[in-house]
Amino acid sequence: MVPTMLGVVLLVFLLFNWVGGDPAYILAGKMSNPEQIANIRKQLGIDEPVYVQLWIFIKQIASFDFGASWSTGEQVSRVISTRLGPSLTLLIPLTILETVIAIALALLIARVRGSLTDRAVMIACTVGMSISILVYIIVFQYWLGYKLGLFPVQGWGDSFAHNLLRYSALPILILLAVSLAPNLRLFRTFVLDEVNQDYVRTARAKGLSEGRILWVHVLRNAAIPIITHVMSNLPSLLIGAFLVERFFSIPGIGREIILAVERSDFPVIKAITVYVAFATMLFNLLTDLLYQAVDPRVKLQ
Amino acid sequence: MFSSSSHFSPGLWTLAWRRLRADRVAMAALVVLLLFVAMLTASMSGWLANDWADEVGVNYAPPSFIGAQADAGSGGEAEPAAAEEPPENPLDPLKDVIRELRMEMGEANVTASAGESVGSEDSYGIADPLQAELAEIRGVQSSAAMHPASARKVTLPFGADKWGHDIIKKTIKGAETSIVVGLVAALVATVLGTLFGALAGYFGGRTDDFFNWFYSIFTSIPYLLLILAVAAVLQQKGVTTIILILGLTGWTGVFRLVRAEYMKHKEREYVLAAGAIGGSHLGRMFIHIFPNISHVALVQMSILAVGFIKSEVILSFLGFGVPVGMVSWGSMLNEAQNELILGKWWQLTAATGAMAVLVTAFSLFTDALRDALDPKLK
Repeated sequence: MVPTMLGVVLLVFLLFNWVGGDPAYILAGKMSNPEQIANIRKQLGIDEPVYVQLWIFIKQIASFDFGASWSTGEQVSRVISTRLGPSLTLLIPLTILETVIAIALALLIARVRGSLTDRAVMIACTVGMSISILVYIIVFQYWLGYKLGLFPVQGWGDSFAHNLLRYSALPILILLAVSLAPNLRLFRTFVLDEVNQDYVRTARAKGLSEGRILWVHVLRNAAIPIITHVMSNLPSLLIGAFLVERFFSIPGIGREIILAVERSDFPVIKAITVYVAFATMLFNLLTDLLYQAVDPRVKLQ
Repeated sequence: MFSSSSHFSPGLWTLAWRRLRADRVAMAALVVLLLFVAMLTASMSGWLANDWADEVGVNYAPPSFIGAQADAGSGGEAEPAAAEEPPENPLDPLKDVIRELRMEMGEANVTASAGESVGSEDSYGIADPLQAELAEIRGVQSSAAMHPASARKVTLPFGADKWGHDIIKKTIKGAETSIVVGLVAALVATVLGTLFGALAGYFGGRTDDFFNWFYSIFTSIPYLLLILAVAAVLQQKGVTTIILILGLTGWTGVFRLVRAEYMKHKEREYVLAAGAIGGSHLGRMFIHIFPNISHVALVQMSILAVGFIKSEVILSFLGFGVPVGMVSWGSMLNEAQNELILGKWWQLTAATGAMAVLVTAFSLFTDALRDALDPKLK
């Protein structure tokens, strides 16, 4: 894990310090003279040798201090800590709902596997997945928010309950609609991998009901790939929700990164990239630990 | 010695093709894909939709099956409302100032109508500092509205956008961008992934450790974040840039599978035999092993192409994709977002429909291809 972390740091460093060109020119903007640029270079530390710059970057990561955002002047650590709340308000209910609904539907579909219903649902999923997420957002926001007025078109407040129940309702609904199809397809294959196993036949032979076999025996075994999928998807959900955050003006991490890319605000992008990557690695580790809890057969080395 | 040639045993590709032919869904998907390819070839060679940028219809001309709308009349000048609608009039940089002046006029005398000429405003004795500009703008506006408008159609088969571009031609041109980006980026990613996977799987040891380290770096950064970070760094926009972004970030899935295949194959007898007769490492990797694992790469490339078409749409929508002046399904959706509030739904429907048909056909075909190439996998 440590070499990978160093690798991520190195990749981000190379990307923004070499490929990205001289940040001094971006910062100085159009009206720049050589003195200004030299000044900015000194401030950013890019007149130092490469290894010193890398060391500065590592120190920044370790101390959570990336300095100020280039475009708003806000401290980057503050940007991240204030944007995390709204994103999580959106994502935690979404993940729970999405997982529970997809598992329930997958088990229901597995019961009628091979039937016309099964095929029809799978085709509907394929078609649903081929429509861009943008279209879901645009149409739902227009139709449910603007036309029917069931939800606020956009906005975000200060009270948590208000945000959760009022402002995140429609975004969560949209993301549910979008993520249900791929998850259902995936979870269905996980469940179908299990239903032909010997233990299922045994359970059936000893007279258990089909419902109990699926919901107790099969589910516990199918839980392993499902947990892997859900857990490894969590950090990318943080970014995956960026479109919704942008459309609904929710001040979360995803919207922040889009704004940062639009403004070439390198410190913010660097910080978010590095920390989300670290979170991903941490979550992968947690997943391994969770395996043990779910499946005693799994032994960690 | 030649007796073996008398019983012809079909190869992997022949068998796969037979299985694919038997699959009706796959064949239907293939037909749709071929239609898209034909359309792509026609539009790239300039036969089709080359004149998409011509303003053939009136602004927001509705689809023919709805019929002309009452407010989408022919003349621009006769409608005071047209001058007041903010987004439609890029010609008029002073419209806010003008409207403010008119408001003042309105307070002075309620009968002063917004659509009247400059002269009537003067008659109330209020000095208009922008009179010259206003007159000039009016002139430009009316000439722009009068002359092409007489030749423009009121309805088009599938409507027109804000500037009167034909939506069908726009959709075809957008398909060109999206498909080219998707396919070329998938090719780049597959070549990278195959190359890395071959080196890692074949040589093993230190090389394998290095590429695995590289792989773990790329997979621990969420995919979309990686794309956005690269988009932030590559400043200039263009088709090449999107292809690079998608291609350089998307190779990890191919790498994992190809590496596993190479690890499996490098110990097989035919590879050992190739080594024994003096085949070089490169020769063994790409002449002997690669044809045996190429189906894995092909299926992955197909999956990647579908994903990249979707990613391109999102990137272009956000404005990190194709430059201004090029049309893509993403930029169409971006325009359609604002049009929908005005009730003009046709551009949204056209772009969504075209994309849904292509992506559905492509995914169904990919699934069938995977099953046909690897019947055990079912």
